[in-house]
Amino acid sequence: MDDHHYDAHDDHHHHHDNRYSDMQARVRALETVLMEKGLVDPAAIDAIVETYETKVGPRNGARVVAKAWSDPDFADWLRRDATAAIASLGFTGRQGEHMRAVFNADETHNLVVCTLCSCYPWSVLGLPPVWYKAPAYRSRAVIDPRGVLAEFGVTLPQTQKIRVWDSTAELRYLVVPQRPSGTEGMSEAELADLVTRDSMIGTGLALAPEAGR
Amino acid sequence: MSSEGDPVFPEPWAAEAFAMTVHLHARGVFSWTEWAAALSAEVHRPGRAEDGSDYFDCWVEALSALLAAKGIADADQILGLQRSWQRAAEATPHGQPIELANDPER
Repeated sequence: MDDHHYDAHDDHHHHHDNRYSDMQARVRALETVLMEKGLVDPAAIDAIVETYETKVGPRNGARVVAKAWSDPDFADWLRRDATAAIASLGFTGRQGEHMRAVFNADETHNLVVCTLCSCYPWSVLGLPPVWYKAPAYRSRAVIDPRGVLAEFGVTLPQTQKIRVWDSTAELRYLVVPQRPSGTEGMSEAELADLVTRDSMIGTGLALAPEAGR
Repeated sequence: MSSEGDPVFPEPWAAEAFAMTVHLHARGVFSWTEWAAALSAEVHRPGRAEDGSDYFDCWVEALSALLAAKGIADADQILGLQRSWQRAAEATPHGQPIELANDPER
């Protein structure tokens, strides 16, 4: 079994894990010049990005999850080869990164971390939320995942293990939340409305059917 | 670009470039007409992708050109910083924030 748990996994990635594409680096360069000149305030930029965040793409991931809930063959494919299964819906990363889907179950809840926005599955989730990029989130998610989840308003039964996955530039994770009860007979489009961005990072759960309407 | 929830921005840097432009315009660094002219010049440059897939590459080029025209940053300075950020990214271990100071040549 391919079991990338946090500790073992982290050891493999100390060098050349971070790369900036020309455009990524160019934007950083412009930002640096503008900050030195006092023309750009990073908080204002974050605020503008937050505004647009919801337009960027968590709906792609929601469609992947809804299809996995509705179609056992697709779920099986997603489990075996998430990169190909997700690409079949037209969602691919331009950097050629691999995707892995991790499925929540009664025994295990999955949580994804990384401080670098380059290590976020933006082809399915859009832009990373500001908190995801904060060093505090990553370190605390590793040390005290249950406490972090509680801050997000998620309380899991003590019997449910929490597994923390550390994204890299090459491998990024999509959490497949558990399908809520009372959703039998719902269409994929209706189901997708229940899948929040946070539920696909693991800091939330899928919505109950009434809440999604 | 989309009402169905398809991504508007292909990657986070595109959103950041967009946000910087909106912010600089709001601060009066350039007018929207100036911006539109700069972007249009890049989009219509020969050799651009037919399907518009390099739209935000054009966007970043246009922003660079406009800042150069305004005397805020020249092309060499931007390119130098761009390379420096790339070296800094390579030199930063996974999980650490990438900072310009991590560039070994700085």
